[in-house]
Amino acid sequence: MDPVILRSALTLGAVALSAAVILFLVAKRFKVYEDPRIERILELLPGANCGGCGYPGCRGFAEALVKAADEGDISALKCPPGGSDTMAAVGKYLGIEVAESLPTIAVVCCGGTLEKAPPKLGYDGPAKCTISHALFNGENGCAYGCLGLGDCVAVCTFDAIYMDEQTHLPVVLEEKCVACGACVKACPRHIIEIRPKGKKGRRVWINCMNKEKGAVARKNCKVACIGCGKCVKECPEKIQAITLGNNLAYIDPDKCIACGKCIPVCPTGSIAATFTPPQPKPKPQKEHKPETQEVSQ
Amino acid sequence: MKLRTFNQGGVHPPENKISADIPIKILGVPQQICIPIHQHLGAPAVPVVEKGDKVKVGTLIAKKGTAFISANIHSSVSGTVAKIDDVLDATGYKNKAVVINVEGDEWEDTIDRSDHLVPEIKLEPEEILKKIEEMGVVGLGGATFPAHIKYMVSNGRKSDTLVVNGAECEPFLTSDHRLMLERTDEIMIGIQIMMKSGQVDRAVIGIESNKPDAIENLRIKAQQFPGIEVIPLKVKYPQGAEKQLIKALLNREIPSGKLPLDVGVIINNVGTVLAIYEAVQKNKPLIERVVTITGKKLKTKGNFLVRIGVPAAMLLEALGEEIPEGTSKIISGGPMMGKALNSLDIPITKGTSGIILMDESEAWRREPVNCIRCAKCISVCPMGLEPYLLEKLAEREMFDRCEANAITDCMECGSCSYICPAARPLLDYIRYGKVNVMRIMRERR
Repeated sequence: MDPVILRSALTLGAVALSAAVILFLVAKRFKVYEDPRIERILELLPGANCGGCGYPGCRGFAEALVKAADEGDISALKCPPGGSDTMAAVGKYLGIEVAESLPTIAVVCCGGTLEKAPPKLGYDGPAKCTISHALFNGENGCAYGCLGLGDCVAVCTFDAIYMDEQTHLPVVLEEKCVACGACVKACPRHIIEIRPKGKKGRRVWINCMNKEKGAVARKNCKVACIGCGKCVKECPEKIQAITLGNNLAYIDPDKCIACGKCIPVCPTGSIAATFTPPQPKPKPQKEHKPETQEVSQ
Repeated sequence: MKLRTFNQGGVHPPENKISADIPIKILGVPQQICIPIHQHLGAPAVPVVEKGDKVKVGTLIAKKGTAFISANIHSSVSGTVAKIDDVLDATGYKNKAVVINVEGDEWEDTIDRSDHLVPEIKLEPEEILKKIEEMGVVGLGGATFPAHIKYMVSNGRKSDTLVVNGAECEPFLTSDHRLMLERTDEIMIGIQIMMKSGQVDRAVIGIESNKPDAIENLRIKAQQFPGIEVIPLKVKYPQGAEKQLIKALLNREIPSGKLPLDVGVIINNVGTVLAIYEAVQKNKPLIERVVTITGKKLKTKGNFLVRIGVPAAMLLEALGEEIPEGTSKIISGGPMMGKALNSLDIPITKGTSGIILMDESEAWRREPVNCIRCAKCISVCPMGLEPYLLEKLAEREMFDRCEANAITDCMECGSCSYICPAARPLLDYIRYGKVNVMRIMRERR
């Protein structure tokens, strides 16, 4: 055999062998132990990497789950898009009982439509809520309401929210929203809230965030909450789900039974619901139509 | 002779100094006045009066906060404090203000209200500074930086020159121009006061060449005083910005992130100089300022000496005019850096240099189209930044790269947005990026 070939083969072989030995030793020495459960849990998760759980993607969440499982309690961790079913499956795999959590949804708490809160000023800057918010208190003069430029729509990875052309308010699609909370964080005015979906999709909420005094708030928006407290009185005594503060009513979704009694008594029609509210029986009917912002389309 | 100017960037918008020939008139006071407690750069002042308190003109109503950068605020009218409430101001948001019901016009006894000039400076440099601080004097050019701090942060750095800013490079505004014509003697004494307190022996007044009467006027007066020099400048925006003005007048460049003091310069606006004269020599707090009201559609224009807190609507009333048909934008400040107002009820503050009414044809921006990479924004940026790049980075929220590209050097002069042939909202995004970069930098500390 040609000595050149032999020499090269031997040299290369020796290099390969030594490299293999080094790699073997390095792999032994610096082996990273990964819990096999992480990979299994990852398969159970939706894989949307939406960040709604508060961890960087599904993998981060799976790691957090395993860590929590070792401590014996995973009740603080929740996967919003997967919901109750996913958490039950994860719990079953880890052998930990998981309490059933109520499904939640993003709710837009502003009723300032083009018609109810007509614009008085013009804005011709870039179509971004954060920029508009930094400049002034909004085209309709309300410093708390929706700016209508769609930062929430831009961040939604599930196409679950869109801007209504007629009203200039965002609309959440019930079947697509996974309550990951991205829109809640994106909204500079903090008008989106994650609330329980409610039994049979029945839920009631105050459709206003304006903390100004009633008269001031009404100047800019016909459906502003004026904090009169009529709904508080109407709420059944055993329930008492409504509280007043900052010239604004708030309905506690955990206490509310979605009876809808508060809706017709609201003088400004700032309480919204996903169902048609019952008409009050004793009083003569007025043509008082509360704003029912349908969330499902 | 070739006129001096700064070397990098700049634009020349139509000057429109249509109110330059109108002498300053004194504006009256309304029934009720709102004085915001946050009229300056830095921390808001803390109210020291309560509902029902009697105040006179010049009474301290809000004391400077514990923060280093803050300023006192004085009552500009005499009367009774009605309430301390949130009031819509020029920021477009509600901020705390002291509301006073006006009764008569009674001044604090310490204030010298006479017209006669007080030329000799009796106070020592430290006492002058104390007086300026006490009287709530802030920079009246627009940034409203508390005036005494400019002299306090020296840390051993020695300054050799005082620069007086009479450039008034913003279109439309003429309040400084009128001051230079009508209050020349006071300004000259003010300059001497500042030269004494800053311990400098040279003062340079920079005035753009579109104000030849002011240049002439100050030049004649300056001959009587050693060390004061008047230099005419080529008309270019933003020449009134401190870095640009110092470059134009003294050919000294302030490095990024440094102050004028680092190159041995103290710089003040002519309005501030007058306020300092009144504070030191006449014991008069900063309770009024000159405001220009102008607009192409207005039949009459004006320059008014306005008490702080008077609603902007009163300026129009004083002209005897309504808002003209077709007005779609009202700006507080100059058209380049000012802020659009959402109501004429906002109070005039220490920083309001003018109220400008723009009609439909001037008010709206064109519809933005894609960037055509013409690089005009780069050539006009006075700070040597790349606005097209900063816009894109801020839009995509890449704030680390914004910081690396020196977004915090931007002084928001708006030259890039003004020149952009594609009408890109450059400054809007740069501001957005800047705010976020500043926040990130604060968090890092």
